Amino acid sequence: MTDFDGKRWHDMGGADAGPVVPAEHDFALWEKRVDALMVLCSTKGLFTVDGLRRAIEDMGPDVFENTTYYDRWIAAVNQNLIEAGTYTLGELGAKMDEVAARGDTYGQAARG
Amino acid sequence: MPHDHSDHLSPSGHPYRADNDEPLSYWQTMEIAVRELLIEKGVSTAAEINAQIDAMDARSPADGAQVVARAWTDPAFRERLLANGSDACREMDFDIGALQLIAVENTRDTHNVIVCTLCSCYPRNLLGLAPDWYKSREYRSRTVKEPRKVLSEFGVTLPDTVQIRVHDSTADMRYVVIPARPDGTDGWSAEALAKLVTRDSMIGTGLAKTP
Repeated sequence: MTDFDGKRWHDMGGADAGPVVPAEHDFALWEKRVDALMVLCSTKGLFTVDGLRRAIEDMGPDVFENTTYYDRWIAAVNQNLIEAGTYTLGELGAKMDEVAARGDTYGQAARG
Repeated sequence: MPHDHSDHLSPSGHPYRADNDEPLSYWQTMEIAVRELLIEKGVSTAAEINAQIDAMDARSPADGAQVVARAWTDPAFRERLLANGSDACREMDFDIGALQLIAVENTRDTHNVIVCTLCSCYPRNLLGLAPDWYKSREYRSRTVKEPRKVLSEFGVTLPDTVQIRVHDSTADMRYVVIPARPDGTDGWSAEALAKLVTRDSMIGTGLAKTP
């Protein structure tokens, strides 16, 4: 890593980049749910905003291009909850299998 | 017909974006699983999660606009807002939470703009959720380096005599810009003035509308 400039990938301030694209979208229900889970879990003291950021920063640079904002957030929320002992990796895996088996769309899998 | 959990409406009475028919993604599967595990473990409830979504949906730039308009019309409030942004907003019954909110004021010779170079920190409790561009690589990278050029991409061209101050937010310290009050608004009510205050004018990538 001879070209490492001392900054991790998330530390973007001052880097070169293209024009700002004025993109916006209405947040989807699943995104709002992720946001709500983050706020509720941090309010309840299960982890902190810094814990969320640490998990996102540890995902590495590719994740910024290959995932959406709330993809990263739910991954980071999940990481922190497992670390906090709220549930186990095994419980998560079993639950995700159960959810995925409910159907092919978000509406079916979330049952609304 | 009253709506139920599966027909969850925003406070404006509109349904959320109809994305429920799209193929289920891995991360959506994780969201459902995490949410259900939190409920099964007794950490939260479906009602509490829905209430949190409604609380976030209820926040919008209109809240910030009320704060700005009051600062324009109430000199004592302006002083309190500049001294302690969180407390001044709480005075107006806005739920700022634990955030340290710092109000920075545009004047004839100073223009302020906010960014979060490290992540996406934004005065969300006052303005609602941040727009996508605020979280983009381009905005995060360049606003601290060439703010005039970034502002020009938003259609804001400032004379060289105006100094630009860029404020880099952190998780614990969020900024909100008090835009300059437009000329030609003498004697206007706070309610009328608030309609001139846009979201982008409180980020600093815009100016208040002119009458």
